[in-house]
Amino acid sequence: MSVSERPSALPVACTLPKDHLLKRHIAMRHRVGRIWYFLFLLSTIVGIIALTALLYNIVNQSFGLVAVQNTVEPETLTINGVPLEELTREQLVSILEQYVSKGVMRRLESEIPFAMRSRDNIYQLVQERVIRPEILMSWQLVDSVFHREEIAAFIVENYPSARLQFRAWLNPDFIRRPQSSVPALAGVRTAILGSLWVISITILVAFPLGLGAAIYLEEYASDNVVNRIIQTNINNLAGVPSIIYGILGLAVFVRALEPLTSGVIFGVNDPTTANGRTVLSASLTLALLVLPLLIINAQEAIRAVPRSLREGSYALGATKWETIWHHVLPSAMPGVLTGTILAISRAIGETAPLVVVGASTFVSLDPNGPFSKFTTLPVQIYQWTSRPQDQFRNLAGAAILVLLFLLLSLNAGAVLLRNRYSRRIQGIS
Amino acid sequence: MGESVIQGFLLFSGAISILTTLGIVFVLGRESWLFFGSGQVDLREFLTTTVWQPAIDRFGILPLVNATFMTTTIAMLVAIPLGLSVAIYLSEYASARARSLLKPILEVLAGIPTVVYGYFALTFMTPLLRSIFGRDVVQIYNTASAGIVMGILILPLISSMSEDALSAVPRSLREASYALGATKLETAVQVVVPAALSGITAAFIVGISRAIGETMIVAIAAGAGPAFTFNPFKAAETMTGHIVRISGGDLSYDSIDYNSIFAIGLLLFFITLTLNVISRWFVQRFREVYE
Amino acid sequence: MTIFTDTMANSSLSLPIMEPRDADCVIEARGVNVYYGDFRAVKDITIKIQRRKITAIIGPSGCGKSTLLRTFNRMNDLIPGSCVEGEVFFEGCNIYDRDVDPVEVRRRIGMVFQKPNPFPKSIYENVAWGARINGFRGDMDALVEQSLRQAALWDEVKDHLRASALTLSGGQQQRLCIARAIAIQPEVILMDEPASALDPIATLKIEDLMRELVRDYTIIIVTHNMQEAARVSDYTAFLMMDKDRAGMLVEYGPTDQVFTTPRDKRTEDYITGRFG
Ligand SMILES: Nc1ncnc2c1ncn2[C@@H]1O[C@H](COP(=O)(O)OP(=O)(O)OP(=O)(O)O)[C@@H](O)[C@H]1O
Ligand SMILES: [Mg+2]
Repeated sequence: MSVSERPSALPVACTLPKDHLLKRHIAMRHRVGRIWYFLFLLSTIVGIIALTALLYNIVNQSFGLVAVQNTVEPETLTINGVPLEELTREQLVSILEQYVSKGVMRRLESEIPFAMRSRDNIYQLVQERVIRPEILMSWQLVDSVFHREEIAAFIVENYPSARLQFRAWLNPDFIRRPQSSVPALAGVRTAILGSLWVISITILVAFPLGLGAAIYLEEYASDNVVNRIIQTNINNLAGVPSIIYGILGLAVFVRALEPLTSGVIFGVNDPTTANGRTVLSASLTLALLVLPLLIINAQEAIRAVPRSLREGSYALGATKWETIWHHVLPSAMPGVLTGTILAISRAIGETAPLVVVGASTFVSLDPNGPFSKFTTLPVQIYQWTSRPQDQFRNLAGAAILVLLFLLLSLNAGAVLLRNRYSRRIQGIS
Repeated sequence: MGESVIQGFLLFSGAISILTTLGIVFVLGRESWLFFGSGQVDLREFLTTTVWQPAIDRFGILPLVNATFMTTTIAMLVAIPLGLSVAIYLSEYASARARSLLKPILEVLAGIPTVVYGYFALTFMTPLLRSIFGRDVVQIYNTASAGIVMGILILPLISSMSEDALSAVPRSLREASYALGATKLETAVQVVVPAALSGITAAFIVGISRAIGETMIVAIAAGAGPAFTFNPFKAAETMTGHIVRISGGDLSYDSIDYNSIFAIGLLLFFITLTLNVISRWFVQRFREVYE
Repeated sequence: MTIFTDTMANSSLSLPIMEPRDADCVIEARGVNVYYGDFRAVKDITIKIQRRKITAIIGPSGCGKSTLLRTFNRMNDLIPGSCVEGEVFFEGCNIYDRDVDPVEVRRRIGMVFQKPNPFPKSIYENVAWGARINGFRGDMDALVEQSLRQAALWDEVKDHLRASALTLSGGQQQRLCIARAIAIQPEVILMDEPASALDPIATLKIEDLMRELVRDYTIIIVTHNMQEAARVSDYTAFLMMDKDRAGMLVEYGPTDQVFTTPRDKRTEDYITGRFG
């Protein structure tokens, strides 16, 4: 290469496009730029389309035409002109005795004596055992709307005794009813209650621990090896797949701590739950799962509290804990609460660890405490989805709507709570 | 005295996380030890053979690992290009208004429980694939459907982490690029993205780790039986899917089945832990350059 | 790519020429106002920049020197909420016309920033990148060497061209940024306090460099350093803040005249340090 010592002429000049060539070159680059811009935009739109498709699909599955066939028509069960819905307990029991075999009656009696069953429960039994509505076929919303005539013709031809009706799978009865093996009668009450029990205990356990750990790490921990290990460890735990927590819960809470989690050491001796697959085990497992998330969020909230606030408090002679309790925590609270809501949302949707810990496949009785057998909404969705019949898909769709509604209201609640809290703090200061 | 009780509680809270990790390692290690010590399996067979049939004492984990590999690969083929494109769009092109509209949508996508995605895969994506490629080509359960939907699930994770990395690239670099007569695309792709590369790599790795550990989508849509196949339209059970299926039934303690899920769990734990550690290392490196 | 061997040579600009071209004037601003949102940072500036000369822009901090400089290559377009009023003619055509492409403007009017901002790429790539995207065809190694030599950096980096540019010292980084700017052979180079972060020796190197470059390029430099302006520039523009904090042009003329016999009292105060 021969370049002079003090180059002032430009030996390499004229190899860059100039004038109209420059314009054409730039125009070409702009064209390439537009193509890629379009691709970037398209990717973003794909994300929106995915969300739309997901919601569309769920709604599409949760509403639609069904062909129903009752074994016994409810109209024939009126007593003295009083329709079935308004009959008394005793009348319902007599209907049951009339239609259901002795053996089945004995089995039902041994599960829970009739004397102890509520009217609703017996009404449900009449529906399940006597009327036995069977959904022969179900159609999705879009088909139901656009192909109604064809579907009607199909029903007349193939199932003359069936009735075609429009069914919202998500309906008040669906929320009120317990689990049932008859799709037309199945509901999510047990699952919702299960979810609420599990989540409540999870939060009760995880919130103080998470906040405590965050306070420890932010306010007390000196920068030494042990504390750095704790911090790194928390960050790593946040990335451990949830199913691993399920395995941990299975070995520790369900098995090793069975006397505790089944309630035996507290004198609760329910023969139906004599193992550790209880609400408590599930809650403890989820608590461990959301703990890293809670800690990291709370740490950020605490870190955001300005130094001056602390120094002001110390200057008045407050102790460390007084400073934290009266000054740091109140102003960190909105952030901490938001983090907690995030953690709850995560826990509410968790499925895999609960399946591993042993959420029951079929629970028709409401959970009534930490030592109950349980199922939760996502587990229920999983089980219905795994069944091959269409009707269970419809049920799962409706249950998903309930779950999404729950999550949505939770997040809305979080926003409200945070706003009120921060206003109150501003009011004080 | 009160304060020392409180401090004790705080210290205990901090220690819980260590206990959790030790618990995971101990539990997985102990049961895996029993699994390999049972005489029915040896480590070499476990890691190198391609038949997993506990009923006839064949414990080769490769079919499960392979299915996990398939779903993860498909998911990343969807999530990486889309996620990075979305990140570039949001950080370099979108107006403030478009951003404030799009980011909540992505957050909603990220907040939907995975079981719902599983449902979506089975009732929407699979029928879609079957109508495109033919019902005899695509089985009802298949890794393609699960992988694609998993990609959609992971897209917001990758896009938000990558966008954070892109926005952390200082303005001055973009100005330097524009001042040389670069177009927006050249600036974004040739200056900003390379400058944020370690942050973006971290996002990809976290995405992979997430895909490997993801359970419900594959449990619902990928198939319920180990199969060693590279055909994405065939059913194949992943490591996580297998754990869920086995433990969902009534599992008796100390059976070889029970122990096997711990051995699979141990492998899963090590893979995801390694990926997460690598990812954090990349993030650290990124921070060192710009902070 | 055949388009660069196109023989349909036509060196005139395709944009309409507004008036007979003043051969010595490269950039002419007329009635330029720049707003950041509602705030007017630069007020009604009219100035003619001379070809192959160094023009220094001086003035107190915050008076809008950088802002004015950035209007010359449309860098202000990149700041959300900023807007430019008035006209800036470059070789006779208004760069703020609707159909003018800012990419072309910036390709032809290069810029060096106040803070060194090399790309996190290798030293070689930093210099080569701009030329490459702009369609350079030829010996890239030679171009890189020539640009680095012109920026007086070659001897210091020639043995580790593949090392990251971020390993260089601040002064070296700034010279790299200059090399990067001249590698695409712009017609004008804008420099925003290029020596503000440098030690006296590096500053001198950059000043020598400017005197070298001005044989081929037009240079506009913003500086806080009076001696520097007096030493290197041919023309000097003095900006000052108005009562409403908008920068306006107080005095503009040959550097000798501005420094020795300023026409405006405020210029004299500023130059002699009695300002404020
Ligand atoms: N991006 C921006 N947004 C809003 N206001 C801005 C922006 N950039 C500059 N300004 C304002 O415009 C005015 C002029 O700024 P400018 O940077 O041009 O000053 P300057 O003369 O270069 O100052 P200095 O000598 O300190 O570099 C200042 O009041 C500044 O606050
Ligand atoms: Mg400035």
